Formats: sequence, structure tokens, C-alpha cells
Amino acid sequence: MDFQFFLSLICGIFIGGVAGYLGTLMLSKRMALVAGPLGHLTLPGIALALIYGFDVSLGAFPFVILGIILIWFLELKTKLPIEALTAIVFASGVAIAFLFLPIAKAETALVGDISKVSFFDTLFVSILCLLLFLIIKKIYSKMTLINISEDLAKAEGINVKKYNFLYLFCIAIIVALGVKMVGGLLTAALVAIPAATSRNLSKNMKSYGLLAMGLGITSVVFGISLFRLTQFPAGPLIILVSTFFFLISLAFKK
Amino acid sequence: MKENLILKVKNLNVELDGKDIIKDLSFEVKKGDVLTILGPNGAGKTVLLKTLLGILPYQGEISWKQGVKIGYVPQRLPFIKDIPLNVKEFFQLKEISEEEIKEILNSVGFKKNIVDKKMGELSSGQFQRILVAWALVKNPDVLLFDEPTAGIDIGGEKTIYALLAELKKERNLTILLVTHDLSVVYKFSNFVICLNKCPICQGVPKEVLTPQILQKLYGQEVKFYVHHKH
Repeated sequence: MDFQFFLSLICGIFIGGVAGYLGTLMLSKRMALVAGPLGHLTLPGIALALIYGFDVSLGAFPFVILGIILIWFLELKTKLPIEALTAIVFASGVAIAFLFLPIAKAETALVGDISKVSFFDTLFVSILCLLLFLIIKKIYSKMTLINISEDLAKAEGINVKKYNFLYLFCIAIIVALGVKMVGGLLTAALVAIPAATSRNLSKNMKSYGLLAMGLGITSVVFGISLFRLTQFPAGPLIILVSTFFFLISLAFKK
Repeated sequence: MKENLILKVKNLNVELDGKDIIKDLSFEVKKGDVLTILGPNGAGKTVLLKTLLGILPYQGEISWKQGVKIGYVPQRLPFIKDIPLNVKEFFQLKEISEEEIKEILNSVGFKKNIVDKKMGELSSGQFQRILVAWALVKNPDVLLFDEPTAGIDIGGEKTIYALLAELKKERNLTILLVTHDLSVVYKFSNFVICLNKCPICQGVPKEVLTPQILQKLYGQEVKFYVHHKH
């Protein structure tokens, strides 16, 4: 195994694992819908990063933040259903990106490219993911209560706004990191599919979180290995492996 | 606040989405009272409970006795089926020990093996009892109960009201409960507030629930028959 492959693998494992874990908090319809377009909205940022030669995650990040603010703000002001808003936002993101994205770079923007991560990239991503994991672990039980019932959480004295913000912040970071590996189009899948699979198989919350993380990691390992063998892009392969696990889980649904 | 009073509400007004839900409501609750909030669907009963809990904004005065602990039993938790969460983990969200969990589940009549059951797989009766146990963690002085569902066979032993009566005695609780079930009002409570956006009546059930009031409340003829035991 050459060093570059090893770096891609390590980088991917950290991102896939944390994404899977975070995905287990994404239960309410609203949160699940928000994750999808957040990925799409990063496309203009990715496009800029590819044109001017800097890290795609760095380009994606401000646009994710913008996306979060836009969606929450629009929902508050227009009272339009969040489904409509997310559709509008995501379409705009893709459309704007393709106004100036050179077609040669389109694949990287849309489905990612983890094959060229440097040692420092990997180190940075790993540390960031570790930090993210710790934050998610800390807010996990309060976020679960908020997901179950905002009223119950408020009655317990939980500052719901603060936790929702922290949670969205974690999503923003994972989406920004995820675009490196699966591009702007597939980030929602990276977060959502392992959790969905785990939900079919888990009897309690502890296994729910751990299994989702494990599935996230496993999908990445298989996906990147398959990329090595077949030369098909890693991003889509990871998502397909993840989907395959989901389909199997349907057979075993508890 | 008077020694015996646990809650004082004065000129309460609650507006949501530009509509008046509660208008000019005033009442007092003494320690040990069982107060029912009666009214048809949409009358603002749940809103009143949430406002008393401090979850919704309001205008007017809500004064709880200092240091009072409140337990809240919501009507339903629609999203809980979506999460693989067992009973033990549900209580752990309140950060209490396993011992305390066992104790509290015992006090509402559960056996030990309920802790491993998934929350989404409980029967409605069991689920309601779990929510009551949840509210009783940290030993509240007051229980706010949104629409206890009677008539569900809870293990064939006792109804939710028998359980509440027992808990009230054991723990010296003050109970505020929301219902649209008239029989509950007569059997269980010593004070009733009728809501249909505006307070229509308040007082002792026997005096207050005249056919006229009931008609105003429910918009149609409602009669109440007392069944004599044969």
C-alpha cells in the first residue's frame, strides 16, 4: 500500500466516521432536509477553490455557513415550508456554480477527489474530526432530547437555540470536510445513509451511534479500495457501498 | 405570596401567530389542589400549560411559589418512534443514576425488565406511565399533565387516575391537568377552569358545570348523568 493511498484512507475514515455519527442526530424531517442542499450550496465555493487553486473545504465552508443562515432566515421571514426553501436554495447553488466552473473540474466539484490529499491535509482533517467528535458526544444527549420534544427539552431548562446552533455548526464543518471526499452533491448521503442503516439494526441509542460510525468508516474503506481497483471516482463508490449496506439492513430490520 | 398558594395567575393573555389564544385569565392554585382545565379541542388548554411552564411568551402575571419544582407530562411525543432509544436511555437523558431509574419505575408500577424495552415499542398505556415517571424524577411539587388518556388498560390493574390519586397522596402533589373528559373533572378534581379561548367559568365542579355552561363550552347540548352503583 503506497503512502498516498494510506493518507486518503485515513482522511476518509475520519470524515466518514464522524459524518455517520453526526447523522444519527439528524432525525427530524427538518434537519434531514437541511443537510441535502447544504452540500449543493457549497458548489460555488468549490468552484472558486478549484479555479484559484486552494483547498475545496476552505472554499466550501463560508458557503455552508451562508446556506445555513439563508435557510433559517428565509424560513423565519417567509414562513414558506422548508422543503420549498431548500429546493430553491440548492438549485441556485448548482446554477451559480456552473456559470463559472470550468467543465474540466466539474467531476471534482460534483463528486469529490480524495486521491491527492497531502500529509498536512490528513493531519488537519484528523484533528478537526477528533474535535468534532468530542463536541458531538458532548451535545448528544441534549440534542436527542431536543429531537424527541423541544417542549420537554425547554421544560428541562435546556437552551434549545444554543444547542441547535452548535449542532448546525457541526454539520457545517462536516459538510465542508465531506466535499473533499464526495463533492458537493453527495454530502447529504455521507451523513444520512449510515444513520438510516443503523436505525434499522439498532435496539438502543448506544449501538445506534456506534454502528452508524462503524458503517460510515466501513463504506469509506470499501469505497476507496474499490477506487484503487477500478479507477472509478471514490466519492460515488463510497455512497454506493453505503447504500448497499442500507439495502441489506432492510432485510434485517428489527 | 400567601402561605398556601402555589401558583397565582393574573390577567394572563397569550397570543400566537396574531391570534388571541388566552384572554384575561386569572386564577389561584393552593397546595394539594387538583385543578382541571376543561375545554374543547383548540381552546388553548395545552397553550395554557406550556405558558405556565415558561415555554411560551405571555402577557400578565404568572407567579409560582418560590423554589417550586414542576413536572410536565406532555400529551404525546410523536418523534420518539424514530429513534432507537430504550427506556433506560430515555431516563438517562435526565442524567439520573440506574438506582433512581429503578426506583421511579417501581413507583409507577413497572417491573425491572421494562428498562430494556424500546420506547417506540411500548403500548400507549405503558408509554403514558413512563412519561409520568419521567415527570416525577427530581421529586416535583406540581405535576402538569396534558390530557391523561383514561380507559386504557394499564396492565389490567389500575387506571391512570387511580395512579395519579395514589401518587398525589404519597408525594403530596398539586396537580394541574388538562382534559376534555367531563367524568374526570367530577371524579378527580376540586377545582375546574373552563376554557374556550376566554375563561367561561371557574370554580368547584358541581357548582360550575351547569348545562348552560357546558353548552357554551362545547357548543351543543351536553348532559351529564350520574350513574348510581347498583
